[in-house]
Amino acid sequence: MSELTARFDVTFPSFHLQVKASLPAEGITVVFGPSGCGKTTLLRCLAGLERSPDGFLALGEHVWQDEPNNIFLPLSQRPVGYVFQEPRLFPHQSVRSNLLYGWKRIPESERRISLDQVVEILGLDSLLERRPTHLSGGEQQRVAIGRALLTSPRLLLMDEPLSSLDIQRKREIMTFIQRLDKEFKIPIIYVSHALHEVVQLATTLILLKEGSVAAIGPLAEVFSQVGSRRVIPDSHIGAIIDTRVAEHDLEFGLTTLHFSGGQLSVPHQNYSIGESLRVQILARDVSLVASPPVFQTSVLNVLVATVMEIGPIESGQPFVDIKLDIGCPLLATITRKSLTTLKLHPGQKVHAQIKAVALTHDFLE
Amino acid sequence: MTISEVDLGPLWLTLRLAGVTVIVLLIIGTPLAWWLAHTRSRARTVVEAIVAMPLVLPPTVLGFYLLVLLGPHGWIGSASQAVTGSALSFTFTGLVIASALYSLPFVVQPLHGAFESIGRKPLEAAWSLRASKLDTFLTIASPMASRGYLTAIVLGFAHTLGEFGVVLMVGGNIPGRTKVLSIAIYDHVEVLEYTQAHVLSAGLLVFSFLVLLMVYTINRRLPIHVS
Repeated sequence: MSELTARFDVTFPSFHLQVKASLPAEGITVVFGPSGCGKTTLLRCLAGLERSPDGFLALGEHVWQDEPNNIFLPLSQRPVGYVFQEPRLFPHQSVRSNLLYGWKRIPESERRISLDQVVEILGLDSLLERRPTHLSGGEQQRVAIGRALLTSPRLLLMDEPLSSLDIQRKREIMTFIQRLDKEFKIPIIYVSHALHEVVQLATTLILLKEGSVAAIGPLAEVFSQVGSRRVIPDSHIGAIIDTRVAEHDLEFGLTTLHFSGGQLSVPHQNYSIGESLRVQILARDVSLVASPPVFQTSVLNVLVATVMEIGPIESGQPFVDIKLDIGCPLLATITRKSLTTLKLHPGQKVHAQIKAVALTHDFLE
Repeated sequence: MTISEVDLGPLWLTLRLAGVTVIVLLIIGTPLAWWLAHTRSRARTVVEAIVAMPLVLPPTVLGFYLLVLLGPHGWIGSASQAVTGSALSFTFTGLVIASALYSLPFVVQPLHGAFESIGRKPLEAAWSLRASKLDTFLTIASPMASRGYLTAIVLGFAHTLGEFGVVLMVGGNIPGRTKVLSIAIYDHVEVLEYTQAHVLSAGLLVFSFLVLLMVYTINRRLPIHVS
C-alpha cells in the first residue's frame, strides 16, 4: 500500500507550521483542530501553494517536493484535486466549461473519471449550461468538487467544503464523499473544524494544535487516546466504533449492533439489517465496575474490558481518563476517587457499563 | 468654404496615433500591471509612483524632457540616429513614445485594479486544474479582467486624442507627420478660421461620444462583474 510522506517546517509572521507525517494513501484523512491551528496551511503545503524551505512530500514513489535535492513540482504539475473552502468557479464560463477545464488539460490516457459519471453522481444535469453566478452556494460547491474530480487526481484535498452548506446538502455531499473514496479509490485529505464531519468521514485522523501534530492515527485510536483531550472538546471525548446492524427487537424497540468486540443494544434505529453504522461512546457515559455487577443493573450494555492505560492525573482535577480494550479501544472518564477505590492498574479486567451510544449520523442535527 | 475643403489629415493622424499608442500601451501595460498586482517586492511603491507621474506633471515638462531625450543629442535619439539614421524628435515614432508615456497611468491603473480584484483565488483554482501560469493568464485572468481592459483602452485612446502639450513639444507641427487634431484646431483658431475649427472639433466631439457610447453598451453586456 502506498503512503503519503510529508515533512514541512514553515514560519509565517505570526505562525509556525511543523509537520512530519506518514499517512496511508487511501481512505479519508481528516485534519482537525481549532481555527488558526494551521489546517489550511498544511493543505496548501501539500498542494505546493506554500513552500516549505526544507520540505519533503512524496506520494508512493512519486516525489513532488524534495528541497534539499531541488525538486519542487508546482501545483499545475501535481496530480492533485483541490476543493477550496469557497467554490472559486470561473465566472466567465458555464458550469460545463468549468467542469471540463481541468479534464481537457490532462492526457487522455489519464482520464479515469468521465463527465457523465460526475454529472450523475453530483446531480448536475440541469445546471450544465448555467453560469456559476446563477447557482446556489451548495450547487456551486458540487460543481467545484466535480471539477476537481474530472482531473482524475491521485490525491484529493478538501478544505472545509461543507462549511457553506445547509444540513440537507451536507448530508448528501458527505455521503457522496464517502462514495468517492470507495468508488474511485482516491485518497482524500479533508480539513475540518466540525466534529461531526470528523467522526462520520475519517478513516485516519490528524489532530493539529498550534501548527504541530498533536495526534495522528486511525480515527478510533486517536479518539480514544488519552492525550487527544488537548484538542477535542471534553464533551466529545470517547471511542468511535464501526458497527453493523444485526437485529431489530420490535417488542422492546431495540436494535442490536455488532462490532469487533461484541454487540451493543441501542434504541430502535431505522436502518436495515447489515447496514454499517458508526457510533460513538462518550467517555463520560462509561462507568466501570471491578467485578461482574452482583446487583441487577438497568444498563443494557455491560462489556468485559481490560485496563490499558490510566491517563495523567492532574492536581485539582477530579476526573481521570481510562483507556480500555473491549476488542477495540474504549475510553472512560471516572473520578480520581473511584480510581483509588477500584485500585485500577493496567492489565486488570473490569466491566464497562455503557449508559448511552451516540450515532454519529445524528451529529449533524 | 464647405466641409469637404477642410483638411482632415490631422484627424486621421490623430486616430492612427491613438490607436498605435493604445496597442503599445497594452503590450507594455499588461505585464507591468500584472507585476504590480502580484509582487511582494518593495520596489512596487516606487514603480507605482513613477507610473502615476504623468498624472501630476504638466505636459510641457514631460514634453520638454522627452524632446531632450529623443532629440539628436539625447541618448535615445542618438541611439536611434546611429541605428536608423534619424533622431526621434519631430517624428511619428517619437509621438508614439511620448503619448505612450503620457497615457501610461490611464492604461496601467485600470488593468492593475482589475488584476488585483481578481486576486489569487481563481488563479490557484486554475493551477489545481493543471493550467500553467501562461494558460491561466490567457484563459482565466484576462477574460475576467475584460472590463479593466475596456476601461484601459478607452481611457488610453481618449487621453491620447486630447493631448496637446506633449505632442507640441516633441512632435512640433509638421503637417501629415506630427500635426495632430488638437494642434490643428489651435492653429485654425489662431488665424480665426472658425469654420475649420468647428468642423474638426465637432467631428472629434461626435466621434468621442460614439466611441464612449459603444464602450458602455459593450460593458453592460459583458457577462462578468469582477470588481
